Amino acid sequence: MVSYKKPDLDSFQERIHIATLFVTFCFLLLITRLVWLQLVSHGKYALLAESNRIALVPAPANRGLLIDRNGIVIGRNYSALTLDVNAEEVKGNVDQLINELSEIIDISPRDRRNFKRSLEDSRNMGTFPLRSMLNEAETARFMANRYRFPGVEVRARSFREYPYNELASHLIGYIGRVSQKDKEKMQAEIEGAKADDPDALQASFLPGIQYVGKIGLEQSYETVLRGVPGYDQVEITAGGKPVRTLSSSPSIPGKNVVLSVDIKLQYLVEQLYGNFRGAFVAIEPETGDVLAFVSKPNFNPNDFVEGIDAVTWKELNDSPQKPLYNRPLKGIYPPGSTYKPFMALAALENKKRTPSQTISDPGYFDFGNHTFRDDKKGGHGIVDMQKSIVESCDTYYYTLARDMGVNMMHDFMKPLGFGQITGIDLQGESRGVLPSTEWKKNTFKKPEQQKWYEGETISLGIGQGYNAFTILQLAHAMANVANNGIVMKPHLVKAVEDPFTRNRVLTTPKESYRIDLSQENIEVIKKAMVEVNVSGTSATAFKGTGYQVGGKTGTAQVFSLNSKDYKHGSTAEFLRDHALYIAFAPADKPTIVIAMVVENAGFGAQYAAPIARKALDFYIEGKWPKEVPEWKRAP
Amino acid sequence: MEKSPLIKIKGFFFAIFSGLDRQLGLILLGLAAIGFFTFLSSSQNTPVQIVDELRNLALSFVVMWIVSRIPPKWLEMGAIWIYGLGVALLIAVAVFGLIKKGARRWLNIGFVIQPSELMKIAMPLMLAWYFQKREGIQKTWDYAVAAIILVIPVFLIARQPDLGTALLVFAAGLYVIILAGLPWKWILPFVGIGVIGILLIIIFGSTICAHDVAWPFVHNYQKHRICTLLDPSSDPLGKGFHTIQSMIAIGSGGFFGKGWFQGTQAHLEFIPEKHTDFVFAVFSEEFGLLGNLVLLALFFALIKRGLAISASAPNLFTRLLGASVTLIFFTYAFVNIGMVSGLLPVVGVPLPFISYGGTALVTLGFGAGILMSIHRHRRLVQS
Repeated sequence: MVSYKKPDLDSFQERIHIATLFVTFCFLLLITRLVWLQLVSHGKYALLAESNRIALVPAPANRGLLIDRNGIVIGRNYSALTLDVNAEEVKGNVDQLINELSEIIDISPRDRRNFKRSLEDSRNMGTFPLRSMLNEAETARFMANRYRFPGVEVRARSFREYPYNELASHLIGYIGRVSQKDKEKMQAEIEGAKADDPDALQASFLPGIQYVGKIGLEQSYETVLRGVPGYDQVEITAGGKPVRTLSSSPSIPGKNVVLSVDIKLQYLVEQLYGNFRGAFVAIEPETGDVLAFVSKPNFNPNDFVEGIDAVTWKELNDSPQKPLYNRPLKGIYPPGSTYKPFMALAALENKKRTPSQTISDPGYFDFGNHTFRDDKKGGHGIVDMQKSIVESCDTYYYTLARDMGVNMMHDFMKPLGFGQITGIDLQGESRGVLPSTEWKKNTFKKPEQQKWYEGETISLGIGQGYNAFTILQLAHAMANVANNGIVMKPHLVKAVEDPFTRNRVLTTPKESYRIDLSQENIEVIKKAMVEVNVSGTSATAFKGTGYQVGGKTGTAQVFSLNSKDYKHGSTAEFLRDHALYIAFAPADKPTIVIAMVVENAGFGAQYAAPIARKALDFYIEGKWPKEVPEWKRAP
Repeated sequence: MEKSPLIKIKGFFFAIFSGLDRQLGLILLGLAAIGFFTFLSSSQNTPVQIVDELRNLALSFVVMWIVSRIPPKWLEMGAIWIYGLGVALLIAVAVFGLIKKGARRWLNIGFVIQPSELMKIAMPLMLAWYFQKREGIQKTWDYAVAAIILVIPVFLIARQPDLGTALLVFAAGLYVIILAGLPWKWILPFVGIGVIGILLIIIFGSTICAHDVAWPFVHNYQKHRICTLLDPSSDPLGKGFHTIQSMIAIGSGGFFGKGWFQGTQAHLEFIPEKHTDFVFAVFSEEFGLLGNLVLLALFFALIKRGLAISASAPNLFTRLLGASVTLIFFTYAFVNIGMVSGLLPVVGVPLPFISYGGTALVTLGFGAGILMSIHRHRRLVQS
């Protein structure tokens, strides 16, 4: 046999020892690593494991209702069945799944696109609706085939609905899916809120906010309507599948918003406008409550809630009628002759005229080398202040404007609200233009444009020239005069209502300020305006009212026609004059003022005043015109 | 006189366990018990059943028992044939092997086998046989022959590709060659180069892991494994996910662990391959540092005992074979725990006796059987 060699064994033993040392070293390395992970960094990893394990599943809050001043709900929520798909489970074969599902349930290409976009945004984690508003037959068909679609389920979700569709669309606005921009904005708001109230942490749970008001009251009262979303703390698998609920924090529903708007009045006016474009604002002068806020044409806000489809969007956006444009809020118009009562009041207050002081009107007014024409050929003859308003004499105001100058007019009109932000509770209000020498200096760039020319002053007197105001401003100014100089901020919302207790908290602002006006002077103007509807330009429209109405017609030129004769009907529709009208009633103690424009309609007396008459008949006497379909409460 | 049934049973068990090394047996029993209880928890939500695990453990025991009865002399005689068969099968794999998950590792001979697994045992057998044969007349060029014996199968396995197994087979052979007396002057330079290489990779990790840098001799996925090891957070939802999640599991276990069946990382499916290669993460999460120290102590005892058996083995073949098999156990354990705890790159190496998997348990049973056999026959072959 092989001899047993001692040196060999020694060398082997030696190497076994070294191997043992090596093994010991390696094991110490492992132990060090494990001590590092499990003792030193334990806190960090325990936290990571917790955040791995727990997901916050949002429980959206019920959005507050929108209620008109008489309790009619114009913005509400309803629950509907949706087809929800768990992204994790369908990863990889989305198209195949949708194809198979569309055999039993109608799935439009738009649904498909939206769903896929949600998947991409979420990196395939979470549950997303593929189809909304399943009907009973579809639900039944899906339930029968449910076994074929793991990860797909039918679930009830809450949706926003505007039951009267187009009605009051511009003031209601609409909500839509939260965009990245909305999120950043909300984040900033929350950061701000946290600084004030560290307990506001719960509100920072942004994933629970899936919809946000985009325009209108839905936008401006977003924080009131939204409520506070709740969440469930849910244990989830790596794939995002919920295992069990650990705790839940219920959502706090949003508050209801009570509008100052009388939705029936709003409906009536919208119907009366028919196919005309325009804006109509009615205000309760004593409070500043906006009673109607019409912008025609309008749109259906329901189209926007789940994301508007491209065809409808293009149609709305490209329409020359501009249905998405909030006319009373943003549209600026020359006030035309509706400006005259304010001018007359300015003259009295600044002692530039007395009520009985007269001028002789030859039918034109020469200033420099320019002739300013009166509407009436041959002129109005001898004209005092009342006659100037009743007959709407231009020459009277040409001379008045010359005598006052642009800055005096500006200084008087400014506190009435012309060319100023009214502060109404909607976003995006236009300021308009109340000209002054300073305004011109600041607005134009070239020095020769910055200079004010006296000739430019003249047409300001009849509400033309640089004058450009919103219908809201015109109504606001009318309300301020009707309210004898006490300025109330106009508002569309008068109270916020608790959804459970129905307790209302008034949000109506107190008086903003008082304009120091002589009551005597105000009465002169009011009396003249009443006379307008008795023997003046809009007498026909107001024949036989059971109450006294003060009013003033206006016709604003869309562009300068120079001296060419203007014939209604022969001018292209979009170049026709705007018909304007302002009114207050009842004259002795006004409860409603109106300012309105009917775009490209022609004379104010003929097109605007009759609408105002019917609106006032309804609001003051409850009379409903025969030609307008009855108001029906939405089911 | 008729023996009582109790004595009969006792006698039966004595017959079965006689000749098995008691220390080694108890250590293995401890590991198998840990493996079984961890399996119960880790196999939740997997298609694997308890009976599968029990069958594998039984099979492993049977293989160990049978091998323990085989005299080392027989293994010595069969070594060259087993090695030859292994290489032949590897060539067969290279020619018409089955491709799964992009690797050609399997062979269908009525049932599917993975020949590289056989090589883990065949390699130390062959090299131990060779050095036994050259005992006393050993020349320097014998190491060259040994290197050729080593490199051929390692090359075949590495190009399947299966880097994990190739490294284990290489390690198994290398242990034999080093223990057979490879001069230190040849070993140390390689150790030096290795240490410097690892340091360089760690220092220049960010540069060489840049997206467009290709590494020589390694596949792209292998490069990724090393790169994600250096910085798991570079790809937290992709390549680094496994490492990050298993580190979270281990770290969140703390000192006492979350308790059996209480691991959230494991039970909420954050740990990949949780009952196979990453089972250590499940064990660590549920039993904490305390459990880990017990487990490491068992492994250490296993290795100490294996080396002790080898040291007292009667001839060079058994000494080299025993020590090499023991060090293979060590390598499995070290590489697996190192990988799961984020020290080493992710390679497919199971944790001995703890990971679920029939093939590995059979191989490990075979290795344990060899140690048992060496111990059992320690006197019989002594001249």
